[in-house]
This record gives sequence, structure tokens and C-alpha cells, in this order.
Amino acid sequence: MRVEMLTFLLAGAICLGGALGVVLLRNPVHNALSLVATLFGVAVLFIAQGAYFLAAIQVIVYAGAIVVLFLFVIMLLGVDRTASLEQDPIVGQRVTALVAGLAILGLSLTVLLAGGEQVTGQRSALAPLGDGMADVNRLGRVLFTDYVFAFEITAVLLTVAVIGAVVLSRRTPGLPIDLDEFPEGPAVVHQPLFEDPAGAGEGPEGSDPADDADDGDLTTGADESDGADDGDLVDGADDSDGADDGDVAADADSEVVR
Amino acid sequence: MFQLTESWYLVLAAMIFAIGAVGLMIRRNPLVMFMCVELMLNAVNLTFVSFSRALDDVGGQAVVFFVLVVAAAEVVVGLGIIVAIMRRRPGATADDISLMRG
Repeated sequence: MRVEMLTFLLAGAICLGGALGVVLLRNPVHNALSLVATLFGVAVLFIAQGAYFLAAIQVIVYAGAIVVLFLFVIMLLGVDRTASLEQDPIVGQRVTALVAGLAILGLSLTVLLAGGEQVTGQRSALAPLGDGMADVNRLGRVLFTDYVFAFEITAVLLTVAVIGAVVLSRRTPGLPIDLDEFPEGPAVVHQPLFEDPAGAGEGPEGSDPADDADDGDLTTGADESDGADDGDLVDGADDSDGADDGDVAADADSEVVR
Repeated sequence: MFQLTESWYLVLAAMIFAIGAVGLMIRRNPLVMFMCVELMLNAVNLTFVSFSRALDDVGGQAVVFFVLVVAAAEVVVGLGIIVAIMRRRPGATADDISLMRG
């Protein structure tokens, strides 16, 4: 019991110190590293409570992936050290936030500790922990039987998140900045990573004249199909529909050749 | 010597949650605000695991698993949004992004 208590106190101190570091430190990199400390402390507390698999996931996913993602974004955007805690944009924001935080703490403590020393509720409703099974086996069995629908929804959620991240981080070819605010244009001009493939054919594949012809076909086909689409939308004529079909076929042909 | 019960874990989780909430309210760097959200999620995870052990039930650990997945998805989309915003206006804080347009 003494070892458990010592473990709890140490890990709890690390957790609280890391949490305070996340809130109070100025440099975003230090914030991220403090977050790592908190995550490791929580992982230790998971192990102390027998959730070994979750502790491993906590370290791998949170500290290994999420915080690294944070650090990547911090490095990508540049660290601004001028982020200060001194000036309040709203008068009394910090005092209000402290009062609200204390209120949240008091309320959650009241709710969490209202039942006294023992937790009320139905015991072992899903699967008991002390059945001699390994931690991973038990969790996996529950995930693929009782929570299988939520598990499948999770797959959809992750797919949506990946597609959303790709769409959000795609750079649109238009103006990268709003000219109302920065009339002299963008401060940083982003150079394109790759040459425009439909442009001049001096690429490595452009030496073949057949490839050049294909490229021209592709661009003109795209243009024509655009025009036909517009006409279709406005007029609803049937012949433009037919032209559209032919263009699509030509596009598919050139795609296959390429 | 005090006895280490579930209440200790719950109090610690409540403290981490409150610290994260205060940080979310006083910080204006969107990245740091995201980190504070992660703090709050971790506090809730700790609470779930504590209740899971107290009630001798694996359901709390399964919920923690799902919270981890949702947190990962949230961070991916949120950081994408932050990068998109920062590309348009460098050095933006949460107060600069008060409009729905541009």
C-alpha cells in the first residue's frame, strides 16, 4: 500500500506540474513538453489501476503521435514568444477564469465525492476485471462484442478526420490571403512544390511527342467539357450533353495513356 | 498513513480538469488552447479508469479507448484548421478569429 501511495503521489505531482506548465509557460514548445509530462503521469496512473493496454496506448498515441503533431505544427507556424499572459483583451478575464475554474473544481469534487468513500453503481455490469483474463483480451472482447457498433463508427470518424485534414490543408491556387487586411499582398509567397503538369512539356516525360499530344488533348478536353457543362446547366440542351459525354470519353482515354 | 482510495484519483482528475479549463479560458494561442482541451480529456480518461476499477467493470476502459480515438481525430482536424487560419493571417490569436468569414 505504501508503494501504491508513493506511486500515486509521484505521478500525481508530475501530472499537476505538467498541467500547470501547459497553462502557465509562455513558449508553446514548453507547453507541449509539459503536456507530455502530464500524459506520462496519467499513463503511470493507468498502470497503477491495472489498465495496462490503455497506458501503452496513452504513451504511443498521445505522447508519440498527438504531441509530435503539435510540435510539428508549432515548428511549421513558427514559435511566437510574444504570447503573453500580461494583457487581458477582456477586462478581468483571468480573474473570471480563475473563479470559473474554482467553481468547476468545486462542482466536480462535489459530484465525484458525494457518494462517500465508495463508488455507487452496478458492479461488473459488462465484464469483471478480475476474471484472470489478460487486459488486452478483456478489452478486445468487449470492443468487438458489446461496443462493436461504436467501434465501426470510430472507423468512419477516423476516415472523415483524415479526409478533412487533407481538404483543410490543401492550398487553393487563388489568393492565399485576404487583400482587405493586407493590401500589399501576402507576406510570404509560397513557391509551388511541383511544376504544373499541363504546362510546357520540358519535363522528363515531355521528350516523347506522343506525350505532348496527350497533354494538349487533356487540357483542351477539360476546357471543352467545362464549357459544355455550363451550357447544359443554363440551356439544358441535349446536344451539349452528347458533347460532354464524348469529352469525358476522351479524357478517360488520355488518362489511360498517361 | 492515509489509505489510497478511488477518491484520490478522482480529486486529482478534477484538479487536472480544472487546470485545463482555466487554461482554455486564459490562453489565446489556439495551439495552447488545444493542449488544454487535451488536458481536460485526459482528466476525464483518468476518471473513467478509476471508476472502471472501483466498479470492477471493463466498460470504463472501453470508453477511454473511444475517447482516445475521438481526441486523435479532433487534433488532426483542429490542427488542420489552425494551419489553414495561420496561413491566411500569421500570428492570429483566438480573439482575431471571432468572425465566421475570412
